[in-house]
Amino acid sequence: METTAEKKYSYKDFESDQEVRWCPGCDDYVILRSVQKALPEMGIDRKDVVFISGIGCSSRFPYYMNTYGMHSIHGRAPAIASGVKLANNDLSVWVITGDGDSMAIGGNHFIHVLRRNIDLNIILFNNKIYGLTKGQFSPTSLVGQKTKSSPYGNTQPPFSAGELAIGAQARFFARIGGNTPKEMTEIFIDAEKFKGTSLIEVMQNCPIFNDGAYSQFTDKAVRADKQLYVEHGKPMIFGTDRNKGLILNKLKLEVATIGENGVTEADILVHDATESDPTLHQMLVRMQDPIVTGIIRMYKDITFEQRENESMEQVKAKSSFHKTDDLFFSGDTYEVH
Amino acid sequence: MANSKLNNLAEVLESVVIRFVGDSGDGMQLTGTQFSDTSAMFGNDIATFPNYPAEIRAPQGSLYGVSGFQVHIGSVEISTPGDEVDLLVAMNPAGLKTNLYAVKPGHTIIVDTDSFTKKNLEKAHYESNPLDDGSLSNYRVIEVEMTTLTKEALKDIEGLDNKSITRTKNMFALGMVYWMYDRSPAHTIEFFEKKFASKPNIIEANTKVLNTGLYYAETLELIPNAYTISPAKMNPGTYRIIMGNTATAWGFLAAAEKSGLELFLGSYPITPASDILHELAKHKHFGVKTFQAEDEIAGIASTIGASFAGDLAITTTSGPGLALKGEAIGLAMMIELPIVIVNVQRGGPSTGLPTKTEQSDLMQALYGRNGESPVIVIAASTPSNCFNYAYEASKLALEHMTPVILLTDGYIANGSAPWKILSTEDMPPINNRIISKATENWHPYDRDDATLARNWAIPGTAGLEHRVGGLEKDRVSGNVSYVPENHEYMTKIRAEKIKRVQDYIPEITTEFATSGDLLVVGWGGTYGSLHSAVKHMNEEGYDSIGYAHFNYINPLPKNTETLLKQFKKIVVCELNGGQFANLLRMKFNDIELIQFNKIQGLPFGNAELMEKFKQLLK
Repeated sequence: METTAEKKYSYKDFESDQEVRWCPGCDDYVILRSVQKALPEMGIDRKDVVFISGIGCSSRFPYYMNTYGMHSIHGRAPAIASGVKLANNDLSVWVITGDGDSMAIGGNHFIHVLRRNIDLNIILFNNKIYGLTKGQFSPTSLVGQKTKSSPYGNTQPPFSAGELAIGAQARFFARIGGNTPKEMTEIFIDAEKFKGTSLIEVMQNCPIFNDGAYSQFTDKAVRADKQLYVEHGKPMIFGTDRNKGLILNKLKLEVATIGENGVTEADILVHDATESDPTLHQMLVRMQDPIVTGIIRMYKDITFEQRENESMEQVKAKSSFHKTDDLFFSGDTYEVH
Repeated sequence: MANSKLNNLAEVLESVVIRFVGDSGDGMQLTGTQFSDTSAMFGNDIATFPNYPAEIRAPQGSLYGVSGFQVHIGSVEISTPGDEVDLLVAMNPAGLKTNLYAVKPGHTIIVDTDSFTKKNLEKAHYESNPLDDGSLSNYRVIEVEMTTLTKEALKDIEGLDNKSITRTKNMFALGMVYWMYDRSPAHTIEFFEKKFASKPNIIEANTKVLNTGLYYAETLELIPNAYTISPAKMNPGTYRIIMGNTATAWGFLAAAEKSGLELFLGSYPITPASDILHELAKHKHFGVKTFQAEDEIAGIASTIGASFAGDLAITTTSGPGLALKGEAIGLAMMIELPIVIVNVQRGGPSTGLPTKTEQSDLMQALYGRNGESPVIVIAASTPSNCFNYAYEASKLALEHMTPVILLTDGYIANGSAPWKILSTEDMPPINNRIISKATENWHPYDRDDATLARNWAIPGTAGLEHRVGGLEKDRVSGNVSYVPENHEYMTKIRAEKIKRVQDYIPEITTEFATSGDLLVVGWGGTYGSLHSAVKHMNEEGYDSIGYAHFNYINPLPKNTETLLKQFKKIVVCELNGGQFANLLRMKFNDIELIQFNKIQGLPFGNAELMEKFKQLLK
């Protein structure tokens, strides 16, 4: 966290005058407040912050932020945000999306924005259900899940957001529970600092249509044993007694207990988020017991706009065209007298 | 070149239509372009029309693999590529078979006899060789062993494989046509020198074959006559030959410079619009940002994002792509951001006829969205005025804070014509509505009293932070509003905003008669055909026929109704089933309209138009 710059804002400066209309008890409130608390820590001007959302419960988010914002159309926020960032590289551009918005109707934009690595921050509110349309299964709903549109159980296997994202070349992927605002806030700050597309998946509970979807990982009583919160450069240790950790056994990640079978802390894998090879990151994303949270991947790479700008500067340096008239009157012209 | 000899032979004509046809790999587009560029530099007026198959390399020799390029050159004003052909150059039997219908009886056909093999004749579904069976007796056929002569000419040049050798035979044909029309090969040789700078043997080969064709035509008595086309009387100035799609791209370059904004293009490749993307991608030196998106929707979505952030933002597409962009156009209309959507129309519906022309997206442009969502719709009418209308689309979008749909079509987009170059300095000013600081009690939906356009508050400006979105918004604050009366008010004010554009566009005028028996009405890319047909009618003494051509479709010019009522009969001519006619009927339901429609993927022909007009004047 930058400490040199004096803080210009408090979270209140990022609250709009609009009444927040999410259902009581929704994790969306936690995410909203975490974003509002993270922004003053980033050292950026409010005038330079833009939130672009698609359609869905989560996509009302921009209305509640006292920044620039656009509540756009279903699934297209990554493409709109790309246009904003390419038009003005100095802006801090955030995409607010849900599991249906990003991985169903907007799946194409979602994978391509990650592939290009434009410097955007995408917060994915994954509640594994369609909320705004009142309770149909989503592309992350579980097989067998009974919803309004699958009364006898869902028959479509789910996407894992992290697997999909890393498969689409995401350089930054983090996952966090919807009820851990402190860690969430820190991840948002790191995501903004990271130059490139950052994807943060929030395991967000929908208390109305899919209550408890993540409780086996996020309930306070089980969290310490069922979540492994990873930090770059630190051994991947978890558990109430901080005595469990990950080791690599042949090609599989396994949980080992420190002090048992001769396992010491030195045997536990140290998390390297910056590694370009995504193999281990994918394995971490796939783990279910424990589920891995924190910044899983943070591989620094050139951004799309850096490539574009470099190319533009090179072309400009070589070109003899400075004004459009130079072009219009160049080459094969002829005079009529 | 022996000009004195030539002049003795010359038969001075006002204009000539030449069509080059061959296999899609035979280089006919290049041959045609070289001929038209050379002619334009000589001072002719020209109009061209490429006609190529949708398949990139259709099976060799097949009927559907035929690629053609037509050029109309003249010493008088030329407004169409012409419909009847004076000279057909056919590189193979399939080309002859598919194009013979267009050749005027008694006129000339040059064929490469080497390609008239049994196999190629079969592929072209010829039962007997048309060169032998007398079926071409009504034409002047010039048989040339072009492939053999090309090979012979290149036998001493080293480092050429068989394929490279036969590929140059189109230059043999071009050389012959250059001689026939008294054109210098210099421009084409310069072109080789630039294009193949690193391959001297290719430059040598092409130049050699071009000259060989030219000398062959000069010396062989097989050619019965030669024509010279003297320069056309055109307004003095500096000209260049420009294709419609290039002119569109340049119009946006000029508008960006004039408005002081950066140009952003979000686009997805689609025939026949891709050339606008290709052209703008070249111009990074002007700071142009071209973003080839993952699909049509991302093309326009990124455009909306760039507009939100303060760029002159445009997207380019053709019919099917416009369908995909519908929802996003609705968003841009709702949040009242300036964007331009170019639709280079092609034959529809569905995938339709991608490489052919049509005007059948008019209704889609006007109404192809959910809800009441009016936008400005304008249409260019010639290859060169694509420049003006791209500029105008940008100006209207920026000054009225609305999406503008610019319609062109495959015919004018791929056609080329002389363009008297416009300097950006001489273009009308563009006043964008960006505001740099908050005034007291500022709201995002405050409107200009005259135009009803809102201000453009872009991210990065302190004090103007605000939210926009697709939900209905309060008339003042822009916050989400579900109030019934507010929705009705906003729906009406968005419509009124577009209607008021009438005060900022020119009135419609007529050419030829200003009142009388018959008014010919057209819009968009049919200008050349319609203008030329009415002009011929006029020259034949029909003086009660007038012509009105619409470039502004929504809103229509203010005086439209008054003008229509000056004539006893009105015929609306369109390359569709009658969409503009229906629009006029909807607006002016007491005016009777006759329709003349063609839906063949081809432009109107002069003869069919004149026949119709004469019938209506009886």
